[in-house]
Parts: sequence; C-alpha cells; structure tokens
Amino acid sequence: MNFTTVIIAVVVLAVLGAVFGLVLGFAAKVFAVEVDPKEEAVLGCLPGANCGGCGFAGCSGYAAAVAKGQAPVNSCAAGGEAVAAQIAEIMGVSAGAMVKQIAQVHCTGCGQNYKQYEYVGLHDCVAASKVPGGGDLSCSYGCLGLGSCEKACPFDAIHVIDGVAVVDEEKCKACSKCVDICPRHIITLEPYKTKRHVTIPCSSHDKGVDARKVCDNGCIGCSICAKNCPKEAITMVDNLAVIDYEKCIGCGICAQKCPRKLITVDGKVPEVKPAAPKAAPAAQPAAPKAEEAPKAAPAPEAPKAEEVPKAETAAETKE
Amino acid sequence: MGFDFANLFSVALGAILVNNFIFSQFLGICPFMGVSKKIDTAAGMGIAVTFVMGLASAICWPINELLLHFDLAFMQTVTFILVIAALVQFIEMFLKKSMPSLYEALGIYLPLITTNCAVLGVVLQNTQNSYDFITSVVYGITGGLGFMLAIVIFASIRERLTFSECPKAFEGFPIALMTAGLVALSFMGFSGLKVF
Repeated sequence: MNFTTVIIAVVVLAVLGAVFGLVLGFAAKVFAVEVDPKEEAVLGCLPGANCGGCGFAGCSGYAAAVAKGQAPVNSCAAGGEAVAAQIAEIMGVSAGAMVKQIAQVHCTGCGQNYKQYEYVGLHDCVAASKVPGGGDLSCSYGCLGLGSCEKACPFDAIHVIDGVAVVDEEKCKACSKCVDICPRHIITLEPYKTKRHVTIPCSSHDKGVDARKVCDNGCIGCSICAKNCPKEAITMVDNLAVIDYEKCIGCGICAQKCPRKLITVDGKVPEVKPAAPKAAPAAQPAAPKAEEAPKAAPAPEAPKAEEVPKAETAAETKE
Repeated sequence: MGFDFANLFSVALGAILVNNFIFSQFLGICPFMGVSKKIDTAAGMGIAVTFVMGLASAICWPINELLLHFDLAFMQTVTFILVIAALVQFIEMFLKKSMPSLYEALGIYLPLITTNCAVLGVVLQNTQNSYDFITSVVYGITGGLGFMLAIVIFASIRERLTFSECPKAFEGFPIALMTAGLVALSFMGFSGLKVF
C-alpha cells in the first residue's frame, strides 16, 4: 500500500516532468529567437544565481548588457575572479578589433624617500588621502603605496612593490577598478603593445623646482620631450608631459631626451646614446641621490638638464 | 451567482489589502527589496508577478485535482515548484517570440519570478482554502495586484528615501527594511476589514 503510493507519486511526478520537458523543448523550437551568441556564451559562464548583485535584473540581463558592451565584465560578485576571467575571454576574443589596454600607474614611487610626516593609520590609500596633507608623501601627486588598488583589483594584477603600485601586464584586464579607486587619480588605461609602449610614469603638476624637492625623477615640466617629439604627440598640461596615444608612434625619442630619465619605453628607461656619452656608463648605486636634491633646488631649470641624468641613472636602473 | 460575486469580492479584497502577500504574509520579500528602487521597474515587476500568479493559479488547479485524485496531496509543494518553473520558462519563450514589446517590458523580471515564493504561496493557499477554479484565478490575480500595490508604494517611498538624510549606519537596506516594517504596520489597519 505504502509502496504503491511511492510508485504512484514517482510516476506522476515523472510524467508531469516529462510532459513539461516535452512542451518546453517543443516551445524552444517553435518560439526560437535569434540571440547574440556572445550573450549566450556569457550567460553560460555566469553562476545563474540571479542574485541581482551586478545591478541588473538577473543573470540574463547582465549577460545581455555585457554582450552589448554596456557593462564591465567583472560585475558578477557571485562568480568572482574565475567568471570574470571567462567573460573577459569571451568578450576579449569577440572584441578583437579593440586595442588591448592595460592600467598604467603614473608614478615611479621615488617620492617614498621624501615624506612630510609619518602616517599611522588605516593601511589604505583612500583613508590616508583624507588626513591633512593628503597622506605622508611630500609629493601631492605620487602613489601613496598603501594598496587600495591592490584590494580593488579582481584579477590580482596590481601590487604595491617598494612603495609603488605596479601593474602585472599579463593579468591586467583593463577593468578600471583601480583607476576608479585611486584617490590620487594616477592610474590610467593605456593601449598596450600595439607598438612600443612609451609612458610617462609621473602625475606631478608641480613646477620644476617643487617637483625636484619631493622626488628624484618626477616630471619637471621642462617640455624637452614635447619639443623633440616628431609627431607632436606630447603636450604639456600644467607642468606635466602627457602622451596622446593616437599620435604616438613609439619611437622613444622623448625617452632619450628626458633629462630626468623618467619616460620609459616598454617598461625600461633607454640608454642615452648621443646626447650625454659620459653620463651613460656611469651607473653608480645609491650615493648621488642625497646630494642631488639640495643642489638641484635653487638653480633654474635649463642649465641643469645635462647634470641631472648622471644622478638619475642610479635610481632608474634598479627599476 | 450573486453569492459567488460577494465571495469573489471578499477574496479579492482580502488578497489585496487584508492578507497582502508582502505586508501581512511576508512572501516574496526578495524581489520586493531587490526591484523596488524605481517606480518604473517596480511596476514592471508587479505586472509580471500578477501575470504569473494568475496563470499559475489557473494551471495548478487542474494539476492539484490530479494530485488529489491519486491521493498525493503531500506532493503538492514539489509538484507546484515544478509546474511554476516550467510555466515561467514557457511564458518567457512565448512572450519573447510573439510579444517582444511585452517581453521587453517585463521579460527581465520573469526569470526572477521562477523562485518567487509568493507565487508558490498563492498556489498552496488555493489548495489549502479549497478554492474552486474561478476563485483560485481571482485569488492569484488579486494577490499579484496586492504585490504590485505594495511594491509600487514602497518604491515611491524609497525614491524619496535616497534623497533624505539618515544616519550613516541606516543608509541603504537598513532604512529600507525599517520603512517596509512601518508600511506593514500601517497595512495591519486593514486586518479588521470584513466583507461577508
């Protein structure tokens, strides 16, 4: 008696399930609508929890938005890094025409040697930027090095190394989470390796004199790079050289000419060949840094241009 | 027939105000909190829920008869979950193909409703109260209307809430939950209402 009830229950439920399955299968054929294959692929990666954590109504809403390029690939908190990577792959492959970008931190971290006070507080840039003086750095533009970007990165692609955030170019998916969180706004997205990647890792809008006081190789606004650029790709914005990547051809002349040895090509400061032959081989460690700063401060910009590189090689070669 | 109408009216009024699914039965709270940030989306969700509740009531009534025929009343919950899930899937496909505009309007809320406990709740209550087919459908639709009323009222309050100053600790969901509690309290005022 009991056993038959069980069998009947199972049979009834199975029959119902089968009927619904057939109806749905049939309906899927009859009511088939063309869907963007990308959207389906993205939906396939998502956990399907329909939690709404991404701000869209359910996983399919989010998938549709991602497929249309209206949503970032890493909004799925439930899926986390793995799902974000999968979606990025789907969208990355499909967006083949788009230039791959990576985050670039515009600071060399040199300013860590020049602190205005000792910061004791939450180990977080956003918190540090709220205290008077905007953190312990004398440079009011430099990387605070407390790792807010590191915490924000869903791909584990940015790390604070020796007091400055460094982007892991392989892992970076250009989601711009770090760009948004950085209280000093020194991270930007830049096109990556379409040609030689020239970048100016400094955000200081200070005048040359002030920039020298707080940093060993920050941009002093001398505009030598801008004048030497054959494509006029570099403009001076408030005492800071800024590269227009639409125009930049990656020739690296600016990096050769930079008196502060700041500009990098594919992550390295190139050896200076013609301009200062005596300066190039002399790469002695550590010592010149200390004496350079006071000497540099009072003098005007122009005459210093050839003197500084000598001192600078030490700081740069370790990078 | 006249008696029927009075009965239906009483059931409808009960479903909308007295036994409001959200404010007195606390069913379907998830979409109530999740989709109530804007009046537009709240209304869309309300319409979708009403639609599904009505249809689910209609579909589940014969299926419940079937279960009762086999003496399988204890299978109701499992079966109804299956039925509702399949139904929502089917409606979604159907709307996508034949009524794209309606699908656009409420399509994104449909998958959310699959697991909305208010829908399961209305179906189970239909069987518990042994409603007949018409009453079931009326109860389903009016229950959905009650849900819509609640979510639209709440969304309009919440739109104001975002601009109001409130203590840091209460910002966001805490204040929304407290507001929901206050609205629920006010709905208790309907509990004495009787139309018999």
